[in-house]
Amino acid sequence: MFGLNQKDKSTLIVVAALTLLAPFILNPFPEGSALAQFNAGYPDLMQRFVIFGIFAIGFNILFGLTGYLSFGHAAFLGVGSYSAVWMFKLVGMNVLPAITLSVIVAGLFALLIGFVSLRRSGIYFSILTLAFAQMSFNLAYSVLTPITNGETGLQLTLNDPRVLGQSATADGSIPVTNLLPGLEMRSTYVLDAGPWLFQFNLGYYLCALLLLVAFYVSIRIFRSPFGMMLRAVKSNQQRMNYTGLNTRPYTLAAFVISGMYAGLAGGLMASMDPLAGAERMQWTASGEVVLMTILGGAGTLIGPVLGAGFIKYFENIFSKINDNVLHGWFAILPDGIEDFLVFVVHPFIGKGWHLTLGILFMLVVIYLPGGLVEGGQRIGKYFKRGSDDAQSNDASTKPAE
Amino acid sequence: MDAILLQILNGLDKGSAYALIALGLTLIFGTLGVVNFAHGALFMIGAFCAVTVQRIFNISFETIDPSQKDFLGNPLKVKTTYLEHWFGPEMGGSIIDWSVPLAILFAIPVMVAVGFIMERGLIKHFYKRPHADQILVTFGLAIVLQEIIKYFYGANPIPTGAPEVFRGSFDFGVLIGFDPNAIIYPYWRLVYFGFAALIISSVFAFLQFTTFGMVVRAGMADRETVGLLGININKRFTIMFGIAAAVAGLAGVMYAPINSPNYHMGMDFLVLSFVVVVVGGMGSLPGAVLAGFLLGVLESFASMNEIKSILPGIDQIIIYVVAIIILLTRPRGLMGRKGVMEE
Amino acid sequence: MGILEVKNVGKRFGGLQALGNVNLSVAENSVHAIIGPNGAGKSTLLNCFVGKLIPDTGSVMFDGQSVLGRKPFEINQMGISRVFQTPEIFGDLSVMENMMIPCFAKRDGAFEMNALSSVSSQRDIHEKAEQMLVDMNMADKRHMNAASLSRGDKRRLEIGMCLSQDPRLLLLDEPTAGMARADTNNTIDLLKQIKEERDITIAIIEHDMHVVFSLAERITVLAQGTPLVEDTPDNIKGHPKVREAYLGETAAA
Ligand SMILES: Nc1ncnc2c1ncn2[C@@H]1O[C@H](COP(=O)(O)OP(=O)(O)OP(=O)(O)O)[C@@H](O)[C@H]1O
Ligand SMILES: [Mg+2]
Repeated sequence: MFGLNQKDKSTLIVVAALTLLAPFILNPFPEGSALAQFNAGYPDLMQRFVIFGIFAIGFNILFGLTGYLSFGHAAFLGVGSYSAVWMFKLVGMNVLPAITLSVIVAGLFALLIGFVSLRRSGIYFSILTLAFAQMSFNLAYSVLTPITNGETGLQLTLNDPRVLGQSATADGSIPVTNLLPGLEMRSTYVLDAGPWLFQFNLGYYLCALLLLVAFYVSIRIFRSPFGMMLRAVKSNQQRMNYTGLNTRPYTLAAFVISGMYAGLAGGLMASMDPLAGAERMQWTASGEVVLMTILGGAGTLIGPVLGAGFIKYFENIFSKINDNVLHGWFAILPDGIEDFLVFVVHPFIGKGWHLTLGILFMLVVIYLPGGLVEGGQRIGKYFKRGSDDAQSNDASTKPAE
Repeated sequence: MDAILLQILNGLDKGSAYALIALGLTLIFGTLGVVNFAHGALFMIGAFCAVTVQRIFNISFETIDPSQKDFLGNPLKVKTTYLEHWFGPEMGGSIIDWSVPLAILFAIPVMVAVGFIMERGLIKHFYKRPHADQILVTFGLAIVLQEIIKYFYGANPIPTGAPEVFRGSFDFGVLIGFDPNAIIYPYWRLVYFGFAALIISSVFAFLQFTTFGMVVRAGMADRETVGLLGININKRFTIMFGIAAAVAGLAGVMYAPINSPNYHMGMDFLVLSFVVVVVGGMGSLPGAVLAGFLLGVLESFASMNEIKSILPGIDQIIIYVVAIIILLTRPRGLMGRKGVMEE
Repeated sequence: MGILEVKNVGKRFGGLQALGNVNLSVAENSVHAIIGPNGAGKSTLLNCFVGKLIPDTGSVMFDGQSVLGRKPFEINQMGISRVFQTPEIFGDLSVMENMMIPCFAKRDGAFEMNALSSVSSQRDIHEKAEQMLVDMNMADKRHMNAASLSRGDKRRLEIGMCLSQDPRLLLLDEPTAGMARADTNNTIDLLKQIKEERDITIAIIEHDMHVVFSLAERITVLAQGTPLVEDTPDNIKGHPKVREAYLGETAAA
């Protein structure tokens, strides 16, 4: 089925199950219980998980396979968002044409930037992409204001033409994004199961479906001759050249594909919430996708998805925790110790999430270059060795996946 | 003519900051072969050294002055800083007023220590790892450092004043024979430029005329050979890292009055400084300095109204455009050596 | 006219004249050895053939066409493959994958997207790579990471990768350095066999005189960037100039 081998098929099925059942999996705690704060099954949050998952999967096709570290991928995400919002303004509120345009525009933009940046490799490439992205960001803020609406960001108004739709709804408000007329992105079915609440949001399921498609395509790319060539580029460019292979088209194709993934993510973002701002293109945003990919495990299939989910989940949870919550947790301890613990933990929670993330990221780069996936493999190996240490340790000689 | 001179002058202060940061980046890259994304954070820490010193100088105690009443008719509480208390209002006041230049004395040991800790504690373990790993780990470190500063100092910029005498501007044009009011230039920027020139020449003199510097330069040119001579090059490189950190820090201290320190200023400058390094030529110290000033001045020209009316938005992107053109036409930058970071 | 014609090639590195004025003609379907002391400029000369270096002066013609100014991948496509002095293989890939890449290059040319089909569905490539591994006596190592091979195995893999491209000119830079005696002899046999089976020209740099005299039909002796003599193996053995400049030195070393 799908032209995948057994292992990849199971990976795909696991990811499919995780994303499609996310409204259940992410809301394990009954509403109103003390643990409900760890729930994450809310439409906007789940949308963010999968959208950043798509972004990271695409980034991984470039960085994970070829080793070219781009610090400018947020530019493609931003361009995707702007394109989608313009579609909503000019054409209509259907998300499919908007997303299609996002992918195309981001792909063209990536072709342009990639064509220039890929003339250099290593750190020079990183800096070139960084320079291009910062340039786009600065332009979006200044001269391109007619297109980007500068600092305010691009938004829908009641005066937009929307030739295939309506400028305003009957009650005089701005129309909302939809999949088909009447099928609104925001429409959510709420399942009340006793104390539990599960929310099934159309927008989320569109994103999830696209994530699965994106993930499937990435598996195919990883297993294809093209993917092997990309890994060969990472391993030894010289040998590629002396084998009669021009590396440039391979890296450029990878760059454009990953740019299109970013454009898809940007288009989806705008489809869920139709606005686009220049800050989406800033290099810190590019840094974020780098973090996700590395944290999850660059060059592995599932790593970027894990990394994106991990970062977005903990960003949400950590930002919600404050001193009161901490005091609640540590309440059983003696007062002195309680206060001390709260004092120690305080810098890492709430607004301190970025500090935690930075430390975590450093630890991963230092001790676990393969990210969460490598961590999981190490733990798995540890238990395997524990259970059957009679067996000879035949460490799989196949390249780690 | 005066307009051109004015733009050159305006570009000098930013150019000085770029040059100083790029100089440090290049020193680290040339000696240790490490691409340090946390270098901007060192600049920022320097700026916050100035903030810290100013705060320490302003620590005060309250006394009640019965002879004065506040608007509610209660005795007025008067804050007196310890410095004024100890040294008298006159002397104490001027010490506070001069807190930014005085912060240099505080920043040097702090920055050297930060540099040592960074090199010994982290960077050392990354010499043999790929450049991408170096970029990633120092990028993580940069985030951590800026978040720590944010935790202690908040997210808002903290105005940090220059000494009274250097506040305000003067008519530079008149001094060199232009019409009055043609070139008005803030004093502090001139001070900053002079300071940067001093630091840069000290670094070059240090590398040129001391044995230590000669060994380091030889190491930059060919690490293996110097290692073969039995000279402990690593220890010297650690010291160079401390020096590079101090240079970035001092650039930050003195920049505080120009741009109120905030936690993300390091990142802002870092991106541009990398561009500067690449334009100057990776591994070339004179290249870094030259490109720093050049780009600072170019940026200032691009922000002239006459130019902006022809090429709108050019001021926002000029540095990047120049960098891209240079990288594509002269991959080694203006003064880069062959074989640096080339595969 | 040889298949490779080198005329007046010179190359300077700063103050060092690495190649003086090299003239060399390699006859088609011959094995031509280039020998000389360390630092003589042998590898530098090969670098000029494959586009790694561009000589300051002179010309390099392969089969009547100039290689100068062409990119390495274009030169390879003309039919020149090279084994490097320090093995250049894909360390992160498996031995099998290493062998498959030149097969893909041979079949598809410089670029073929092929992003959605699976590597394992490429039967022809698999068979060819498998055959080559068997020829190289490495089939049992097919799943190993190439980086974890011994130095001799890395070099054998690289030779295999070059041979699988079926080149017209094969450049070998010290192919047996780091190999065990048995593997060296295997390699000699393999090269002899290949030589018999197909039309191929081999230029080989080698310090191991056993290898040189087993394979070479002509030998050029290079010293300080200039060819001293060029002759048949028998004549070279007894040549006084060679004894002085080369064999003498190795004896002393
Ligand atoms: N890229 C380069 N830059 C500067 N000098 C070089 C370069 N490549 C080679 N050389 C110098 O040119 C001279 C010839 O080097 P080359 O590698 O061609 O020698 P060789 O004959 O292959 O020696 P060996 O038998 O040790 O491999 C040496 O002195 C070497 O140091
Ligand atoms: Mg050699």
